[in-house]
Amino acid sequence: MTTSLARPMTPTLPMVRRRLARRVALVSGVLAVLLAAIVAISLGTGAYPISPERILPTLFGAGESKDAFVLFRLRLPRIVLGVLAGIAFGIAGALFQTLLRNPLASPDIIGISGGASAAAAFGILILGVSGAMVSLLAFGGAVAVALAITLLASREGLSGYRFVLVGVGFAFLAQSVIGYLLTRADEQEAVAALVWTVGGVAGARWNDIGVIAVTLVPLLLLLAVLVPRIRTLQLGDDTATGLGLRVVSARYAVLAVAVALTAVATAYAGPLAFVAFASAPIARRLVGGAHLAIIPAALIGAIVVTFADFAASTLIPGVIVPAGIVTGIIGAPYLLWLLATSNRGRRNA
Amino acid sequence: MTTTARTPTAGASDTMEPVRGGAAARSRRMRRIVGLVASVVALLLVVVASLALGTRATPLVDVVAALAQPDPTNPLHSVVRELRVPRTVIGALVGLALAVAGCLMQGVTRNPLADPGLLGINAGASLFVVIAIALLGVTSPFGFIWFAFAGAAVTAALVYFIGTLARDGATPVTLALAGMAIAAVSTSIVTLLIITDVQTLATFRFWQVGSLAGRGIDMLGMLWPFVLVGLLLALFVGRDLTLLAFGDDVAKGLGHNAGLTRGLSAVAIVLLCGTATALAGPLVFVGLVVPHIARAVVGIDYRWMLAYSLVLGPLLVLVADVVGRLIVQPSELEVGLVIAVIGVPVLVALVRRVKGRAL
Repeated sequence: MTTSLARPMTPTLPMVRRRLARRVALVSGVLAVLLAAIVAISLGTGAYPISPERILPTLFGAGESKDAFVLFRLRLPRIVLGVLAGIAFGIAGALFQTLLRNPLASPDIIGISGGASAAAAFGILILGVSGAMVSLLAFGGAVAVALAITLLASREGLSGYRFVLVGVGFAFLAQSVIGYLLTRADEQEAVAALVWTVGGVAGARWNDIGVIAVTLVPLLLLLAVLVPRIRTLQLGDDTATGLGLRVVSARYAVLAVAVALTAVATAYAGPLAFVAFASAPIARRLVGGAHLAIIPAALIGAIVVTFADFAASTLIPGVIVPAGIVTGIIGAPYLLWLLATSNRGRRNA
Repeated sequence: MTTTARTPTAGASDTMEPVRGGAAARSRRMRRIVGLVASVVALLLVVVASLALGTRATPLVDVVAALAQPDPTNPLHSVVRELRVPRTVIGALVGLALAVAGCLMQGVTRNPLADPGLLGINAGASLFVVIAIALLGVTSPFGFIWFAFAGAAVTAALVYFIGTLARDGATPVTLALAGMAIAAVSTSIVTLLIITDVQTLATFRFWQVGSLAGRGIDMLGMLWPFVLVGLLLALFVGRDLTLLAFGDDVAKGLGHNAGLTRGLSAVAIVLLCGTATALAGPLVFVGLVVPHIARAVVGIDYRWMLAYSLVLGPLLVLVADVVGRLIVQPSELEVGLVIAVIGVPVLVALVRRVKGRAL
């Protein structure tokens, strides 16, 4: 103790940990408040404005029936779906990027979202299906691409670089399939498919939300169990093995959770460009250091999607803009700003 | 992205062996030359196939006759001269431009993932073309060329500029991230424009998949000088790119100006990608896959990689175009689609060949 009194400025490891934990808690708190504010604003605004003092009673079942209709049937579903999808994408992006040690490793870039889109476009344009069937196809497309990449990229375990490179190949392939389907389709149907491949929460229904919520809960519980293993994996394969972790199986487990999160969210909200890609870097920037920052990443994902949907619904009056377009437009400049102002090399990001 | 700082992938250890003039070096040199000659022969065969095959297969005798002594009354001759020759020349030019540009990009960014798609250049070109269609009413490929060209140029410059703004400068990671960000914005705006305007969608969707059909020789006449300048610049920086692969410090230590190499490469990339995109639309994969094949054969020597890219790029594009013409007769499949379908297995095979540690 005397030595630490003599050099009070030297932080010890527990001190650093505590400080980091406080920072994560603080950042998460601020983000949660921000999310709540966006939710409140989007509940009240629209073609039929509802004042704040009418929103709360209505939510608890004591409001006018017209308010209740607008809130429960129109606004709340898309907000809830936005929050859930944002959480799933934010976490999935963080997992992929950490696991594969590559900032480009996010489901939009390695073709998993692309696989979902291609399958959905095939369903809409060729099979002529709609609604839940499209979601099912999208889910299948995402899982199929993820499996294909994993099988093709693994050789003596999983190399992040190889995974990303094969994934980029699949992303291009998916893009070509969509392009092909669009050139062969009727124009109106092509627009419908295109809107789907961008992603959005405008068509949210409570049934879908039920499915996504029921799927998310076990996945998040599983993730909570896996978090210590992810932290060990972050130390590098050799250290992790030395600490007694079965590196390969741990990695596949985390990968499976990340793929499942992406597939579920994509099935109901579409690919929503950039959410998975940008949420984790933003979260890490706010929290600082090489922290995993899962909760902040989830909250940022939710904020980005709900804000994008709010902006999309008010952007061009009379035109339905899918939220995925706004996430692409607002997400990118933010990432560029991050790039331009980050203090340290992000080689390991 | 720790791994990519040491990009020299497949053959890095080969080239670094200091056996000058030894038997190993001689046999490696032989292998490179034999490989290149074989590629050239394959390319010639594909060129012939591209001139002869199509909805109306043409006997070789007629192909030769059409080129040597055209008979204006023979419809086969006019098919060869007016449709297949421009198409083949444009395909070859697009292929070599994209392959060489991809090679330069991977060298400059020290990132084996770099290609016109991932660095946002295709998306930028698409944005300009969509603006041309939606706001200016341009409808023909001939009208798109300058917009595609400008879009590619502006995006490449922007990505590079943003990359240099980062504290670390234009590192492999910052360039790739900047490219992704630009691509995301461009793609979003493109989608917004085409889903709100069915007319624009109708024109754009055919441009977007990438095709060699319906491009006249006159477009070629306007654009070939750009490819030539880009190519000369590429060959000029080839040696310096090899040094750059070992890091800026090494290059600097050997008295080379990394900034100048990057700048010249950037100009070459803009010229090559811009022309290719203007001619054929946003073709994916050529710029990614061809340099990888070249690297697998010759190692990290960029002069050899460029030489291989010059031959393998046209080979890939022409094979894809011929296949696309044959498989769904009497209709045809756009070259961009076929490239993706044959490119993925090639990429996967290459990626699997390389041992885990090297990456």
